[in-house]
Amino acid sequence: MSDEIIRRFTRNVPEWRPRVTPVKLAEATQEQLDALQVTPSNTKVSDYVLVLAHDVETLKVRSPLFNAIMYGKGGLSRAERELGALAASIVNHCIYCAAVHADRHAQLSKDKTVTDKLFAMGEQADLGPRDRAILDFGMRLARTPQQATAQELAKLREAGLDEGEILDLILSTALFSWANRLMHILGDPVRKSG
Amino acid sequence: MNGSRARFLPPLRFMRVKGDRIMTDTLHSSVLSSARPKPGSQVETEVLNRRDIFEKTQAAEIAVLTPTDPGGLSHDLRHALAARIAALHGEAEQAARYAAGVTDAALAPLASVGTTADDAQVQAMLTFTDAVSTNPREIVAEDVTALQSAGVSDADIVRLAELNAFLAYQLRLIAGLRLLVEAAE
Repeated sequence: MSDEIIRRFTRNVPEWRPRVTPVKLAEATQEQLDALQVTPSNTKVSDYVLVLAHDVETLKVRSPLFNAIMYGKGGLSRAERELGALAASIVNHCIYCAAVHADRHAQLSKDKTVTDKLFAMGEQADLGPRDRAILDFGMRLARTPQQATAQELAKLREAGLDEGEILDLILSTALFSWANRLMHILGDPVRKSG
Repeated sequence: MNGSRARFLPPLRFMRVKGDRIMTDTLHSSVLSSARPKPGSQVETEVLNRRDIFEKTQAAEIAVLTPTDPGGLSHDLRHALAARIAALHGEAEQAARYAAGVTDAALAPLASVGTTADDAQVQAMLTFTDAVSTNPREIVAEDVTALQSAGVSDADIVRLAELNAFLAYQLRLIAGLRLLVEAAE
């Protein structure tokens, strides 16, 4: 039985195989258990979170921040925050992140065509003007050094995004510039075979 | 409270209505101290609507730059790496802010892009940091193995990845917000 590493974008969420040894739950400190939110009734923790538990102080503050940015009330729609996450995940080639958030975008928007086109044609995908403006801005912001300019910002406004929506887009793309550097760096997306 | 040993920039002060009184409030955020939304602007309003996000971002700066348990990455090394990452992102002000938090003269040069270290572990961390910051898509398993071969523990590899990852977030938040603030002028 061997695992196949996934190298192409897909909505079919793969498994994640760590490149470093995850914290063993049986050996976890109380601080780690608290951050992992392990309770007698909830003992199922992913390898990804067990890897991040090596830096428990950061894990503890990152989870609430993640939830506030992706699920906070008002501003950009949840589906469009997923597009912001996807923009970074495509630039950074985080196959796992892209799969999870493309799947979520398809569910929230009840539309698979946007992510189908995105995965088939990449940055050249033929999309509606609002999605196009969001992805162009997000992909430029995700590069190092970041390349978003007043021009892409003006396109967002033309497409109808207001100040708060644009701020949410900046936040979700920036957040995935963080998440991609954990998920894509510390492990491989795999499919179990055999 | 500044969040780390990085150089202090003035916090965001803003007006707030409480009952029938107008009072001044303060938000300590490295991001807002840099991007400085104009008082009373729509950008400032939207920032304050998301106050918790900016507070949590500041808490993350503390966790990543000056954690209680720094493991094998001293606070000095973290500030030097943060300055280097900011420089790789073309964010000179943030590079200077983080570099000011390096108190060990031997580590100060590492804040500059292109410098190397004599210590094999530190050098492996520099190589990794440069790659993760600028071109994370090309990172492969061997890049992680290289750290392990140099003697960097798995826990320190996660700490180093979080440092890089947080900075990638914070620097883009600053850059994006700065665009919004400039466009409103």
